[in-house]
Amino acid sequence: MSSAEKTHTVSEEEFMNKRPATPEPQKNSSEASDKESDMKNAHLKGDNVTISYGSEQAVKNVDIRFPTNKITAVIGPSGCGKSTLLRAFNRMNDFIPSASVEGSLIYRDMDLYGKDIDPVEVRLRIGMVFQKPNPFPKTIYKNIAWAPQINGYKGDIDELVESSLRSAALWDEVSDRLHDSALGLSGGQQQRLCIARALAMKPEVLLMDEPCSALDPVSTSHIEDLMLELKKQYTIVIVTHNMQQAARVSDYTAFMDSGVLIEFDDTGTIFTKPSVQRTEDYVSGRFG
Amino acid sequence: MAETATFSLGKSKKRSRWIEEATRSGFFLCALASVLTTFGIVFVLIREAIPFFQVVPLTDFLFGTRWNALIEPRSFGVIPLLMGTMIIVIGSGLIAIPIGLASAIYLSEFASDRTRKIVKPVLEILAGIPTVVYGYFALTGITPLLKLINDDISVFNALSASIVVAVMILPMVASLCDDALKAVPRALREGGFALGSTKTEVSLKVVVPAALSGIVASFVLAFSRAIGETMAVTLAAGATPKLTMNPLESIQTMTAYIVQVATGDIEHGSVSYYSLYAVGGMLFLITLGANLLSHRILKKYREQYE
Repeated sequence: MSSAEKTHTVSEEEFMNKRPATPEPQKNSSEASDKESDMKNAHLKGDNVTISYGSEQAVKNVDIRFPTNKITAVIGPSGCGKSTLLRAFNRMNDFIPSASVEGSLIYRDMDLYGKDIDPVEVRLRIGMVFQKPNPFPKTIYKNIAWAPQINGYKGDIDELVESSLRSAALWDEVSDRLHDSALGLSGGQQQRLCIARALAMKPEVLLMDEPCSALDPVSTSHIEDLMLELKKQYTIVIVTHNMQQAARVSDYTAFMDSGVLIEFDDTGTIFTKPSVQRTEDYVSGRFG
Repeated sequence: MAETATFSLGKSKKRSRWIEEATRSGFFLCALASVLTTFGIVFVLIREAIPFFQVVPLTDFLFGTRWNALIEPRSFGVIPLLMGTMIIVIGSGLIAIPIGLASAIYLSEFASDRTRKIVKPVLEILAGIPTVVYGYFALTGITPLLKLINDDISVFNALSASIVVAVMILPMVASLCDDALKAVPRALREGGFALGSTKTEVSLKVVVPAALSGIVASFVLAFSRAIGETMAVTLAAGATPKLTMNPLESIQTMTAYIVQVATGDIEHGSVSYYSLYAVGGMLFLITLGANLLSHRILKKYREQYE
């Protein structure tokens, strides 16, 4: 059993019951599953999504699907709206007073912006890792235990901390100093701690907003390996500036420019024979 | 051409160096003035307190429980004055710290930008009201109100003074705590929200602990301010040095005693006159201790949190 799969063995019923029951994500047995069935199997999707800051539209009429148990990369030049789009999917834009979201954003049976939807519940199911590692100024242990505890986790919290750290490939480095401040960790370790912290809440989707942009190459490759391991269990969406990274880790790639989704296809196609000239210009480094 | 250019360049350089030097000296003298003043005050406090301690033994001063400086038989035990000050400090702290922190959390985490823009300047205006106005307000506003509830309360009483000192330090606590909370990076809050926590959970369990050093420092500053507060307690708390914990009675604080002696007709050079400096020195030491403590707290937590 891989360490990533261990996470789910400790899931505690009371803990899970706080959220609406959902069927286990379907596993894709073959790596080379074809695009059509992946798209059908996309539980996270947006239709005609427009996001504005005041009167300025940052994302314009985007239709997008994020296939389950795949890594989808969203690339594009700075200010193209990719982070804005990502943050809309777990309602992080709620904290920006001028931001407004139109269109439909759906996860499984849940309209993410439905009237009776609690944004807190959305974020329980759709976790997020940020551009800059943002561990709490608490101990390593408490960084992970905090959110499960306030959400009434009744299981063995030590075990949850360990399994989360193992899933994030951080356990071996920190097991002897769990009660030291998380701020003493290196940037790459802090980012993996933030991933572990998100995994401890057992989300179904992991949104990653340029998770490696503040990290050195070694830490970056750690995180990329981790993502490939995690996609067996989670649907991952990663926003990245780094095209090599998108090419290395993702199954699908969406290219955005000026708030518009220019092209979406499997990663190989986007990087080798994109159908839009602008995509080709971008992935070949001609602008952006 | 080239020669002239070099020449004028050299000249202007020379002048700018002279200006640099003058500016530096000017600023240095200003800084020196405030440092010298501080040392001057400490020097005077010590020099004038020495004659006092030649008559009254230090132990009698520190541990004596009766303060009767102005009429015979004289007695110079500072405990009643210290106690008076402490009642005000503790009373006002109990009121101002919870309310101040709660207002700061509201302002920083929950209030809209518009509310903040209105409330913050109001807080700063409150902090600028002369303290004698607060004292008068306590005497004519708070005390009659307290008397409506309980008629046994003395006209001058520690409770009324504590309340008004609380009103005075509250804006400071709220404003400093608000600054400390606002300084917590947005990313930390987002990290909390992204884990499915509510605004209350994030505010109380992420933001407040992260801002703890600033919050505690504001408490200690409030403590210093309450200790040093003079006019309001002189007006509202009375002039009865008394060893009591009952806030409904009239008491006297260290500062109020200094006012009483400094404005009275005490003979220059008498023991009562020199007692002023002994009490003043003690006040100075306590406030200095509090400020050093707040400095240490800030430093310790900063190392731990950043």
